[in-house]
Amino acid sequence: MKRKGLTRRAFLATASATLGAAAIPPVGFPQELGAPRRAYGERSPFEKSVRFFPESITPASSYSKTPLQDLFGIITPSALHYEVHHSGVPEIDPRRHEIMIHGLVERPLIFTMEDFHRLPSVSRIHFLECAGNSGGEQIGRPAANPQRSHGLLSCSEWTGVPLRTLLEETELKPGATWIVAEGADAGRLARSIPLEKALDDVLVAYGQNGEALRPEQGYPVRLVVPGWEGNVNIKWLGRVQVVDQPYMTSYETGHYTDLMPDGKARQFTFVMEAKSVITRPAGGQELSGPGFYEITGLAWSGRGRITKAEVSTDGGKSWQDAQLNEPILPKAVTRFRFPWWWDGEETSLQSRCTDETGYLQPTREELVAVRGLNATDHYNGIKVWYVHKDGKVSHE
Amino acid sequence: MNKARLFILCAAIAVVTVAVAQTQSYKLGRPATAEEIRERDISVAPDGSGLPVGHGTVTQGRHDYQTLCGNCHGDRGQGMLQYPALVGGQGTLRGKNPVKTVGSYWPYATTVWDFIHRTMPYARPGSLTPDETYAVTAFILYLNGIVGEKAELNKTTLPRVKMPNRDGFVGDPRPDVAAKKAGK
Ligand code: HEC
Repeated sequence: MKRKGLTRRAFLATASATLGAAAIPPVGFPQELGAPRRAYGERSPFEKSVRFFPESITPASSYSKTPLQDLFGIITPSALHYEVHHSGVPEIDPRRHEIMIHGLVERPLIFTMEDFHRLPSVSRIHFLECAGNSGGEQIGRPAANPQRSHGLLSCSEWTGVPLRTLLEETELKPGATWIVAEGADAGRLARSIPLEKALDDVLVAYGQNGEALRPEQGYPVRLVVPGWEGNVNIKWLGRVQVVDQPYMTSYETGHYTDLMPDGKARQFTFVMEAKSVITRPAGGQELSGPGFYEITGLAWSGRGRITKAEVSTDGGKSWQDAQLNEPILPKAVTRFRFPWWWDGEETSLQSRCTDETGYLQPTREELVAVRGLNATDHYNGIKVWYVHKDGKVSHE
Repeated sequence: MNKARLFILCAAIAVVTVAVAQTQSYKLGRPATAEEIRERDISVAPDGSGLPVGHGTVTQGRHDYQTLCGNCHGDRGQGMLQYPALVGGQGTLRGKNPVKTVGSYWPYATTVWDFIHRTMPYARPGSLTPDETYAVTAFILYLNGIVGEKAELNKTTLPRVKMPNRDGFVGDPRPDVAAKKAGK
């Protein structure tokens, strides 16, 4: 080595690089006092898991995906909740935000956030899933890891006022059959929702996992439409109009409609059907050698509770029941786990689930046979991960 | 009015009052005034309800489109990069590579108007006047061969425009895959 020519800065860089390589300190107890308190908690600096999003020339009309492979339990940390926006994330001062309910009602009313906090509230755990989640799988482009393939899925505890309460306060007029819900984002994204659902289990939510909604999830207030495609869960809710027909907004006609092989498109396909994915071991991960691994993953259904999750470790030849972790809640994510001894041989791992209506998650082939390859929304086929001899797990 | 009738009337009033009192249980929220509703309600239905007064021609639209839209969607609506094409695709929906545009796929002209009015131009959503919106909508429909060069759109003529894929939508038949498996 030419020591002589080395500048001080270069020397320091080399030294720290060498140090860095050998820098994992020995196991032991810290000898110094720890950090003091802090007003708003952050995760450990050793934890690096983040949302994924591609480069985009229109970042305000784009998405980010939840790192499902790094999560435990069923709740998605708010900071890792997936996002889809069409006109960016607005910054809304809650003191200046109002929600107007009007249309076919006896008393059009305007509510403030203070009103919402005073009204009787409920908290419920529900998943949100973008209609387009894992659509690439349907058209034969399987993604490399759970985040890329299924990361437009998250699950939170939502707190708010049942929309039914607000609609009762305004008193519906005869002839009311739908509502149009509209966001207070720049593009005022709007969707039509059947009144029956609006009066059933829809929440006007201001709380997410114990604190106020995150801006990306609709701060200060959003709709949570349990079990239905993400797009109807209007964020930054500003207006609810009670109407006598669907208004045929762009996102229920031009988008989120599924084009079938016969050239007709299915419309108002709201429910997200039963689906599951193994999150560990999964694509992008590596098994360090033969031995015991717990297989774990997530199962969910927009039609209710998950009643069964099954795992196959032999390429789909046989299926065995996985254990469902409590709590098992309707229209929420349920975590399953399955004990597995890897013998070091090549194999594949896959899961499928059944919901309380008896519906069994289909294979991709079964789904494509009915829906063809032109529809990419509302896909819920079985996802397969391949284990290679060297321990690497991949999507093909 | 005889006594029995009066009694029934009073009873009816009492019932109504009770119903109102019962339904507005929490007395929270303030009444929305007609003015506030007019200001905030921008929704447009396929039957044209909600469309404002105003009008625009293909000729005006050609001009407005070039200044407000063309730099993203292309001067003939052909689209580029992540900016969707607004033209073309008619007759492709059954094929291997369907091209879904407002012209080939969207079932209602009112939807095109409503989306442009609320969400475009991308960087300044909601900035178009009703006249500009009628005009650029007319131009885009003209580029798709849906209206003629002399067309003028307004709250009466827009809902009457028949889009090529108007009858291209069906309801939700799911669960569909299980039914197929069971041989149904
Ligand atoms: C800065 C670039 C930009 C400009 C300028 C712009 N748009 Fe767009 N437009 C977009 C983007 C991006 C989308 C997709 C938005 C999304 O899906 O979230 C879009 C979507 C659309 C769509 C829906 C197309 C579809 O198939 O979904 C229409 C219609 C449209 N624009 C019309 C217009 C009109 C009319 C103007 C001019 C008044 C305009 N746009 C100006 C970027 C632009």
